[in-house]
Amino acid sequence: MARRNLRDAEHLVRLALLFLAGALVFLGIRAYFVPAGFGELGHFRTGALQDIRDRPLHFAGRDSCGEADCHEDVAAELANDSHARVGCESCHGALAAHAADPEIAEAAAVDELDLCSRCHASNPARPASFTQQVEIEPHREESPCSECHPAHEPSS
Amino acid sequence: MSLDRRQFLVDGTMFILLTGAATRAWPFIEQGRPQDAPGYDTASHWWAMFIDVEKCIGCGRCVDACKVENDVPPEPYYFRTWVERYTIPPVDPEDATAHQLPIVDSPNGGRDGFPAEPPIEGAKSFFVPKMCNHCADSPCTQVCPVGATFQSPDGVVLVDKTYCVGCRYCVQACPYGCRFLDPRTNTADKCTLCYHRITKGLTTACCEVCPTQARVLGNLRNPDDPIHQLLREHKVHVLKPDLATGAKLYYNGLDGAVR
Repeated sequence: MARRNLRDAEHLVRLALLFLAGALVFLGIRAYFVPAGFGELGHFRTGALQDIRDRPLHFAGRDSCGEADCHEDVAAELANDSHARVGCESCHGALAAHAADPEIAEAAAVDELDLCSRCHASNPARPASFTQQVEIEPHREESPCSECHPAHEPSS
Repeated sequence: MSLDRRQFLVDGTMFILLTGAATRAWPFIEQGRPQDAPGYDTASHWWAMFIDVEKCIGCGRCVDACKVENDVPPEPYYFRTWVERYTIPPVDPEDATAHQLPIVDSPNGGRDGFPAEPPIEGAKSFFVPKMCNHCADSPCTQVCPVGATFQSPDGVVLVDKTYCVGCRYCVQACPYGCRFLDPRTNTADKCTLCYHRITKGLTTACCEVCPTQARVLGNLRNPDDPIHQLLREHKVHVLKPDLATGAKLYYNGLDGAVR
């Protein structure tokens, strides 16, 4: 009885083996192409989060400038000025390399006329609440901005 | 690993019903914490930004800082953030029914500032900083066919550059025009909300250099974050709310003409 059943089912066994082989091929291909960590947190590769976090910094952030034995004097000057909330790197550019190693990269010289007029040249599109706008050319009378406005206490 | 018959059937059914990726995500979803990531505590962050149009003076320091910080292609038409100047033509009393469109200009993305001469003399004009809205239901993420772009568990829309096939679907899908194809890698590129900075306790490069605090980054999951007070005290608006993208750039003082 049992032998006869097996004989009758032989084509089914073959079919099942074929299906199994197909499934194994699929799993093999899938394991090869789906990257590690894919789908753990959503439809993406979890490692991508770390890859993006590992990108290099260029701006050090203002908190790293005014530390003791660095630019504490400048930080103290700036703290009393209306520019106190302007980040150091807003004018001096990205200086993460300098913050990491003060020896290697110094702040580039600042083109003060260009820099000051970026914010303070009068422009009708600037908000009316921003009253510190001047017509640069008649205002400066051919002298550099810092002659009257000290670089780190410009509003004094 | 021991596997009884019951567990085998459950796992097998799960595998057949769900995709392979969903099978692995299921334990996290089941425990109600799909946001858990290793390392940095993503579960306690949900990033957003407050942008005050009434404080933006159009200096373009944010555009410059973004390009430097994120190594954005130098050509003048690739930007992760840029500043637009809107000029609204005044209503002509002689022709009051005429439909007038605002004039928008953004020379070099506003990176070098804006010319003092307005496109229309005496018209209302203002600056609007633009960048990725880091939508909670982002269209760009939904259309990605390979899972290369995604929303991180702390609410930042990111691109896995090693996995992107460069099909440009996301570039077309973004209603805010915030994506482009990086010509060097032929992969999609966009604002990462300086994910490499904010996960280290720094603010974004654009917020770092903004001289007027027109941009403020905030963590909505931190009850002590100043952004809560800003949102409470201002009448804020998001761009294209009708698209239900769940945009997380909250604009104060946004004119209805801004698109």
